[in-house]
Amino acid sequence: MESIKDKVAIVGMGCTAFGELWDKGPEDLMVESTYEACEDAGIETTDIQACWLGYVNSDIAMTGIMAAGALQFDYIPVTHVENACGTGAETFRGAAMALIAGAYDVCLALGVEKMKDAGFGGIPQAFPGKWHPVYGAAPEVGGGVARYALAATRYFSYYGLTPEEGKTMLAKVSVKSHYNGSRNPKAALRKAVSIEQVLNAPIIAWPLGLFDCCGINDGSSAAILVRTEDAKKFRPDGDYITIKGSSIACGPSWGKERPDYDYLHWEETERCAKQVYEMAGIKDPRKEMQVFELHDCFSIAEVIAAESLGLVEKGKAREDIDAGNWEQEGEMPINISGGLKSFGHPAGASGGREIYEFYKQFQGKVEEPSRQLKGDLKMGIAHNQGGHPGNFVCGITIVGEPPAAK
Amino acid sequence: MVGITSYGAYIPIYRLARKDIGAMWGKGAGSGERSVANADEDSLTMGVEATIDCLKGMERNSVDALYFATVSPPYLEKQSASIIRSAADLRDDITTMDIAHSLRGATNALRAAEDAVKAGSAKNVMVVASDCRLAAPDSGFEGVFGDGAAALLIGDTDVIATIDGSYHLSSEFIDVWRKPGDKYMQVWEDRFIREEGYLKILPQAVKELYKKLNIKPEDITKACFYGPEPRTHSAMARKMKLDPKTQVQDPMGASVGNTGTALAPMILISALEEAKPGDKILFATYSDGADAYLLTVTDNITKIQGNRRGIRNHLESKMTLPSYGKYVQIKQMMEWAKGTVPARPSSLPVIWRDKEMVWKLYGQKCNSCGNIQLPRQRVCMYCRAKDNFEFVRLSDVTGTLFTYSMDDRAQEIVLPKVFSVVDLDGGGRFYSVMTDRDTEKVEVGMKLEMTFRIQLEGSELINYFWRVRPIRC
Repeated sequence: MESIKDKVAIVGMGCTAFGELWDKGPEDLMVESTYEACEDAGIETTDIQACWLGYVNSDIAMTGIMAAGALQFDYIPVTHVENACGTGAETFRGAAMALIAGAYDVCLALGVEKMKDAGFGGIPQAFPGKWHPVYGAAPEVGGGVARYALAATRYFSYYGLTPEEGKTMLAKVSVKSHYNGSRNPKAALRKAVSIEQVLNAPIIAWPLGLFDCCGINDGSSAAILVRTEDAKKFRPDGDYITIKGSSIACGPSWGKERPDYDYLHWEETERCAKQVYEMAGIKDPRKEMQVFELHDCFSIAEVIAAESLGLVEKGKAREDIDAGNWEQEGEMPINISGGLKSFGHPAGASGGREIYEFYKQFQGKVEEPSRQLKGDLKMGIAHNQGGHPGNFVCGITIVGEPPAAK
Repeated sequence: MVGITSYGAYIPIYRLARKDIGAMWGKGAGSGERSVANADEDSLTMGVEATIDCLKGMERNSVDALYFATVSPPYLEKQSASIIRSAADLRDDITTMDIAHSLRGATNALRAAEDAVKAGSAKNVMVVASDCRLAAPDSGFEGVFGDGAAALLIGDTDVIATIDGSYHLSSEFIDVWRKPGDKYMQVWEDRFIREEGYLKILPQAVKELYKKLNIKPEDITKACFYGPEPRTHSAMARKMKLDPKTQVQDPMGASVGNTGTALAPMILISALEEAKPGDKILFATYSDGADAYLLTVTDNITKIQGNRRGIRNHLESKMTLPSYGKYVQIKQMMEWAKGTVPARPSSLPVIWRDKEMVWKLYGQKCNSCGNIQLPRQRVCMYCRAKDNFEFVRLSDVTGTLFTYSMDDRAQEIVLPKVFSVVDLDGGGRFYSVMTDRDTEKVEVGMKLEMTFRIQLEGSELINYFWRVRPIRC
């Protein structure tokens, strides 16, 4: 088995502002992200030979026709992929595999989600794994909070944190992400918040409160992918990035039904990380990567993801957070973009949006200069997972500087 | 000799103080409290509770028929007894029957059970009575009604109380009624019902029983009979020449209320809980006539006493509703603002495929590695052995709360919805919802047990499933 490391390059990217975009439909969003990506790559939409289209919310459409219609593709293959919150990663993976196989030369990885036409907040009809009318606490619309909150309760209990201590740890994560997002013009929530605000907010699903949760909203991200050997044809400036590792891990078992699952780690994230670190040749993820876009649909998700990705020892996230290591000036800036916390989570678009963050940071083109990371940015991780603790699908894409230094 | 071989009862955990009803409507509503079935309970789920209580320590396969008496069935067309049978994990080659329409249903069922055992068509018959009648707001019945269930096992072996004789009276007398589509019971003038109904019909049947069995009122150790509320109940006792102080079992007006079809059997069970061998018990029901029974308690009573949750333990285990508003909410008595979140669907084919799990809470134990798991799947989630399982009943297994969350925005009548991950004693994990809980007392490590409840109302169906609750008593 060969690693896909550096075989595929991202030569153009686009990303809409995320938010409650009442005046935009999914077609508008796809047009905005794709045209930005094409312009960035110096191509026309007609140059795209195949498209991987990711969206989760089947209320908006079925099939790949939605993208073909919006972008007026010329009967090219459009593959609709869905893997919950790992959908974005799946679009990159699909496009990369096709390029490596030599089946196409120019591919589009496109993620889009239009959640705010549903008439309520929350993920419509989200059934991770097997849907059942009565089993599994009965699937709840918008029940993601309660599912992740199970892990928060267990984390506090196992590590001996009082609810106050546990909630304060989580509050610091949200405060950090909100501050980052406050300086990101594409984020949905561009407002810094205080620890007191976070702690005093209404409870959504104990122990998680309003500011522990990200919103569900609208957005789209797009990327033009080519084989690395062709990248310079598109970007003579050499300002492109390559995929170092890309994978999906689907939890095979019902972790929530096995008493040996501890609710303290994300097994699917650990397994997926192992795969992509091996592809990318990463031994010490904390040191070898510089941009960390972690799935923070809920504050506890980010905390446990950091531990499961091997970025911090298990149970030590609190010390790391208290030391300020996750902040912009810290040793390991997590969710410098503002994260799902600030962007919201149009599920299909989030994976590409996280890669977009590395892309812009790497190119030194972050819109708000104060948010530009300093130093040599060699690699970054875009991590997403969806489902239920013990029953996730995880998607990770590791991107970085091209083999020959820029 | 045919008689009662076991008993079980159920009283929901919630109580509503009558002073809170009075405060709501600005008038007196009496003292004491009434029981209130939780929002995820109905007459069927309470019937399951009483049935399982009645069969504690007994072989469930020994039951040959189950008769369910209620005037508040969850479905007007669709049997409840068959679901109770399945949830209680009784054999499926038995007779199940619903007896509805009359508060006298419990003794209709008892009569049929006695006949079946005598005829030899059944060895053991389960008689279940359960009601949660909805009283009109600000009506006299609101504080009077209560919710509860009783179960009596009828057989001819190890009898705890023999049936010495009975008298049955059918009457065309109309007092209360409810037509299809009526939400609340209707009633004629109370004085007419009291004078011509309660004070005449049931006492008449009892007097005929005295005559038939050649006994005198003073021979009765305890009388257990239906009465609409305590005052009329006492007046009825006097008509039967019984001393209300010594001979009449408390009808639980102050603590539970009138549980309809289940009331007389519940009073009977509370008497059996403290009966002594040789006690003569009068058991009588009323409605559309009256049925009167004379029972004699046997030495076997001591084998059952103290081994059931019954009435006494369920009475002591309670939580008081904080307000009348909470009662209105639990009983879904008002039209609420329409939610923006779409209703969750059900699927009868899924429930049918998974019937062992849904109704009986069967998990599966892998014959290769021994691990217990649910829901059903073909390949073992531990050792990947394929199609090599045996069913294990988990409905009577207790467990420990591993972790939980409390969702304030779930589609649930009583919020928050307590998502619970429960590690089962003996293996397996049950991902569930905790009901009958005090959210202040929910904590990791607490002990829990299973309870059969309404899981959701979706696709116009009442979708039952098992939940967990703190160990009740």
